[in-house]
Amino acid sequence: MSDVSQPAAHPPVTDWVHDFDHTAPQWTEDPFPIWDELRAASPVVHTERFLGCYMPTTYEAVREIANDTEHFSSRRIIVRDVRPEVTRNAAPPITSDPPVHKPAKQLLLPPFTPDAMKKLEPRMRAICNELIDGFIAEGKVDAAARYAKYIPVRAIAHMLGIPESDSDLFINWIHMILELGIKDESKLLQAVQEMSAYFRAHIEERTSKPTGDLISYLMNARDKEGQPLEESHVLGSLRLLLIAGIDTTWSAIGSSLWHLARTPADRERLIAEPGLIPIAVEELLRAYSPVTMAREVVKETTISGCPVKAGNMVLLSFPAANRDPKVFPDADKVVIDRRENRHAAFGLGIHRCVGSNLARMEMQVALEEWLKRIPDFRLDPAGPVTWSQGTVRGPRQLPFLFGKAM
Amino acid sequence: MTERLRVHVDPDKCQGHARCKALAPELFELDEYGNAHEAGDGIVPPGLEDKAWLAKSNCPEIAIEVIEE
Repeated sequence: MSDVSQPAAHPPVTDWVHDFDHTAPQWTEDPFPIWDELRAASPVVHTERFLGCYMPTTYEAVREIANDTEHFSSRRIIVRDVRPEVTRNAAPPITSDPPVHKPAKQLLLPPFTPDAMKKLEPRMRAICNELIDGFIAEGKVDAAARYAKYIPVRAIAHMLGIPESDSDLFINWIHMILELGIKDESKLLQAVQEMSAYFRAHIEERTSKPTGDLISYLMNARDKEGQPLEESHVLGSLRLLLIAGIDTTWSAIGSSLWHLARTPADRERLIAEPGLIPIAVEELLRAYSPVTMAREVVKETTISGCPVKAGNMVLLSFPAANRDPKVFPDADKVVIDRRENRHAAFGLGIHRCVGSNLARMEMQVALEEWLKRIPDFRLDPAGPVTWSQGTVRGPRQLPFLFGKAM
Repeated sequence: MTERLRVHVDPDKCQGHARCKALAPELFELDEYGNAHEAGDGIVPPGLEDKAWLAKSNCPEIAIEVIEE
């Protein structure tokens, strides 16, 4: 049932400022000059595509929207060609607005604290090394498809207590939801249904035999009144953890390796000073932020002086905010020891990514283990680098050759 | 007379990015949800001033105050 087809094409863009399209090939390939053009035009731009959609282009405008839950709802969080009906408990808490958001979020926070992530770290190192063992002798690899992709999916499978060997199944669902689903509702619904059926079976198993994993954790959770969560809430949160946990970090690890393959000076510095890796990870997160969330305008308001009308979606581009030269000097340069870096790669406000501590740990471990085993690598000129489309940005094909360039 | 620094996390602004704890583990603590608060009374021991400013300038929510006393 593997489906790796690409979504249908949209008409080409001729005017980025008034007709932008974040699924256009030029944007997918290299969005940075486009964001600069949009930012120069206005702090908030609009397109008629996607049934009407705004995009804040500055850090300040992104911050204003992220902190304004009165005018901007999270009931829809992906900009698509269609607006499927809103379902309750779609993926709490990311799809929740106040006041139901807070208890749903607090439920998920304790398993993802930095201390909890430290306990997971040895498992992550083992996974990274197992993956490297699988291809190092070949002298080359698609680092997106055979390394970056499997690190987060195996981490979240491990935490959820579902087989890591089902990874390809999960990856296919995510592709259908986050990429094909932008333009094809049937793909989206099919993946959501299959995923729900999968988790229902695991819940069923745990009713008689509870485990110590996240599925049992959610099944055992109680609200303020001491009541268990509705089944739809448990399923929604499980879907969220799987969806949010995979291609986000896959993309961040892939982009980081892509940068290091093309920038030997940064690579050599990180090998010489491994203590710098956590700081470099922050800069790589800033420069190549993978995730663009969305909001729906539910009440007319203004953002950075620009009027926005209800019924439109908002492409809440944390990646574009992180390239705003007003906030980050030399915003277009990767400065791997950048000291001041209040980047928004994990969002701002109440929807800050629950898995940010997990993602950071995975990125650090993935880079540390890779650089230890494969200190020299470069892009393979024989193969193309391709990038994902839409909600999450990262390399999907990343062909490398190992060893020093001749 | 040397100035003394004190850090304070605004609990209404903190969203648990945990950057302060990573950059200045001596000055901040996290609760069970991963949200930050200043360690003890927030007084910055001599030698850690730089870390206090670093934590402030890396908080995405601008939730950290460094007070010069």
